[in-house]
Amino acid sequence: MQPIVRMEGITKIFPGVKANDCIDLTVYPGEIHALLGENGAGKSTLMNILYGLYKPDNGRIFVKGQEVEINDPNIAISLGIGMVHQHFMLIPPFTVAENILLGVEPKKRIFLDMKEGIRQVQLISERYGLQVDPLAKVEDISVGMQQRVEILKALFRGADILIFDEPTAVLIPQEVEELHKTMQSLVAEGKSIILITHKLKEVISMSDTVTVIRRGKVVANFKTAETTEAELASTMVGRPVLLEVEKEPNAPGEAVLEVTNLHARDARDLPALKGINLQVHQGEILGVAGIDGNGQTELVEVLSGLRAATQGTVEVKGRDITTYSPRRKTLAGLGHIPEDRQKRGLVLEFSVAENLVLQSYFQPPFAKGIRLNSKEVRRNAQRLIGEYDIRTPDEGVPVKSLSGGNQQKVIVAREIDRNPDLLIAAQPTRGLDVGAIEFVHKRLIQERDAGKAVLLFSFELDEIMSLSDRIAVIFEGQIVDILDAADANEEKLGLLMSGGKVDKEVATEYA
Amino acid sequence: MLKSLAKLERLWIALAAVLLGMVVGIFFILIVGRNPILGYQALWQASFGSMRDFTELLIGTTPLIFTGLSIACAFRTGLFNIGAEGQFIVGQIATAWAGYFFTGLPTLIHVPLALCFGILAGALWGAIPGYLKAKAGAHEVINTIMMNYIALYFTHYLVNGPLKGHAFLPVTKEILDSAKLWRFMPPTRANAGIIIALLAALFVYWFLWKTTKGYELRAVGFNPLAAEYGGISVARSTVLSMMLAGGLAGLGGAVQVLGIQYKFYDVFAFTGYGFDGIAVALIGNNHPLGVVFSAFLFGFLGRGAMRMQSVASIPKEVISIVSASIIIFIAAEALVKRLVPRFTKKGGASSEYNRSV
Ligand SMILES: Nc1ncnc2c1ncn2[C@@H]1O[C@H](COP(=O)(O)OP(=O)(O)OP(=O)(O)O)[C@@H](O)[C@H]1O
Ligand SMILES: [Mg+2]
Repeated sequence: MQPIVRMEGITKIFPGVKANDCIDLTVYPGEIHALLGENGAGKSTLMNILYGLYKPDNGRIFVKGQEVEINDPNIAISLGIGMVHQHFMLIPPFTVAENILLGVEPKKRIFLDMKEGIRQVQLISERYGLQVDPLAKVEDISVGMQQRVEILKALFRGADILIFDEPTAVLIPQEVEELHKTMQSLVAEGKSIILITHKLKEVISMSDTVTVIRRGKVVANFKTAETTEAELASTMVGRPVLLEVEKEPNAPGEAVLEVTNLHARDARDLPALKGINLQVHQGEILGVAGIDGNGQTELVEVLSGLRAATQGTVEVKGRDITTYSPRRKTLAGLGHIPEDRQKRGLVLEFSVAENLVLQSYFQPPFAKGIRLNSKEVRRNAQRLIGEYDIRTPDEGVPVKSLSGGNQQKVIVAREIDRNPDLLIAAQPTRGLDVGAIEFVHKRLIQERDAGKAVLLFSFELDEIMSLSDRIAVIFEGQIVDILDAADANEEKLGLLMSGGKVDKEVATEYA
Repeated sequence: MLKSLAKLERLWIALAAVLLGMVVGIFFILIVGRNPILGYQALWQASFGSMRDFTELLIGTTPLIFTGLSIACAFRTGLFNIGAEGQFIVGQIATAWAGYFFTGLPTLIHVPLALCFGILAGALWGAIPGYLKAKAGAHEVINTIMMNYIALYFTHYLVNGPLKGHAFLPVTKEILDSAKLWRFMPPTRANAGIIIALLAALFVYWFLWKTTKGYELRAVGFNPLAAEYGGISVARSTVLSMMLAGGLAGLGGAVQVLGIQYKFYDVFAFTGYGFDGIAVALIGNNHPLGVVFSAFLFGFLGRGAMRMQSVASIPKEVISIVSASIIIFIAAEALVKRLVPRFTKKGGASSEYNRSV
């Protein structure tokens, strides 16, 4: 069979890094081809080249048998290539329909025919079973819907080769399942998909073939049917990886965080937290499980001082810090890995070194009187880059030039390294490769073992179940149950997360 | 190494834009039926023809450095300071008053004191829109524009009323000798103002990149949400940044009075320094060093425009077209890269450097 895409000897050099080093990639029609590799291996770069965003320094590209030169995304689109980016490329104040139609709007003579446009958007969204609200503004919709918008945008332009760059990193399990179905139906239609993901389970269950990249070079090709998760992990990282978390039973001490009857409103001023009660102890990881939009974001923001509580108290080590500013909370011993790395967690234009002191630049040794001690800032960065294996040419490059996973590592390194008494970790391993996940999990458990408290938010039930000592389930702004991790399983949690009750609770609830 | 490469590219782009702007100028000079060689000779002579011309170039450049720094500073914090004009004017009048009101002071005290009055007046003028933005979310562009008009008419009232220092002219009294800046090359008007301007540029660089406050301001400028997360008060940074911007423009007004004018003249219409400062900051890439260079460029073009008109009878609007084209070429970086082949090969990597994916 003739390959639909063939990339040959692709090389791309950025100042200080060879992101792609003579890469070959062959994709056949109707297949899902997984692209696997560590953070910074060069996956996004390779796909950006195929999509015409970067110009390769060397190499040739063939699409449907023809050699092509893809100088910009318009050429890629005309060749039938569509891309859903790792960090979405939508225009937030525009509506869903406007985003999808951008550049290909239907016109009535010279005027924009929005009615027709909306009709077309609805048609295509029904055809592929991708539900969106055409009139909603992108800044108001969930991440899952934003992703559907990105997919529709590509399909609307007639893409039959779809590139998905870590599409499931930001989705909740239900959305992941939907996306998988969508992908299967697209392939059934004869379209081809290139899938970048760090989730090995997904690779095994979804893909037909796998190409593994390490440090810019192809290191292996597999037929998915003939490989295993463990083999993929070790090929990718270059050493065996522990896919399971190893931890000793914990020895919890006094309560570090005590939340009592906490209420708060969301961005649209609707009640989001309706009386949250929970405690996190020294030497304990408390996981919070829940479906997106049940108050997790607001809870994290209130705890970290970014949103005001309307009622209730937050105490850390016995001190009421409910109304403290973010800075005072930091000083009171709080650390926070925010869920959206580019929105809150990083100043993208700042260097890696500057980002690594975002929570501590005002203290010695980084502050010397009113001066910023750049020598110390750099030294701190060099140490953390080594310790957390952040892949970057040096500490002075802007953090936005790092790969997605390495951006995440910058935040994780910054927050864990400060040794906070209470670490609030929201989606801490989002976008990390298996090796890096293993490392971050180890560090979180080390923190726990050193007597710190960790409050973990994650949409990955696996992660919640394997790391936590206790699991709190949040539903519609309330903690509906707290289980011992030993008693929890996916079914029980799933039931609680969707508002159901586990039998014994029914009894106590109405007693 | 990486960074210096990227910076070098910026410099090349700026130079290429200037050259391209000049080429556009030739075209327009031909359109109006004049001789471009004569015209550009006059342009050059106006600034470098004689020592006196050169000192006048320094004098014309000085206020542009201050207003350019003012706007660049605010811009680095994500604020658009259209109010440098008004801040400059209130800086002038406050300094003029301090220059004649305090008597019996030695120069070493009188000059800094008078400069401080200019800085404070400008800072206050900047702080008001800053505060309104921080407290009420009122957009600084609107409010700084309004502050410009308030400055214009308020000083108009002062210099025709309480501060009137002349029988019929709308000017203040002349400042005392003890408040005048050192003129280092008499009989030319070259004075210590240019040195103060260069020191101000150094200060801005040091403040923004070497202090913790500067770190805060830049963080707010790039990503206020992340800054807030990092415990930085966005509101306080906004006010501080506008005060700093206002102070710089006010200092510019002060230097103009103590070095050149020696009194405050009713401005009637805007001086234009504040508005030119926007272009200066833009071409200077909002970097203090860039601002110094582009202020010189504007000073050079400004003087040249007059000379071209008088010597080669080329309308001075041609030079406005040249400066406007330079701005467009700088803004349209990609276009310059295409027009100047040097960049098409080497430029690729470092520009992608700035693209976030
Ligand atoms: N625009 C850029 N400028 C400079 N360097 C870059 C740029 N984009 C990527 N790089 C570098 O190229 C390398 C590969 O990055 P890439 O984004 O392709 O990684 P990735 O495999 O997608 O990783 P991840 O799984 O973390 O997303 C990294 O070392 C990164 O620092
Ligand atoms: Mg990537």
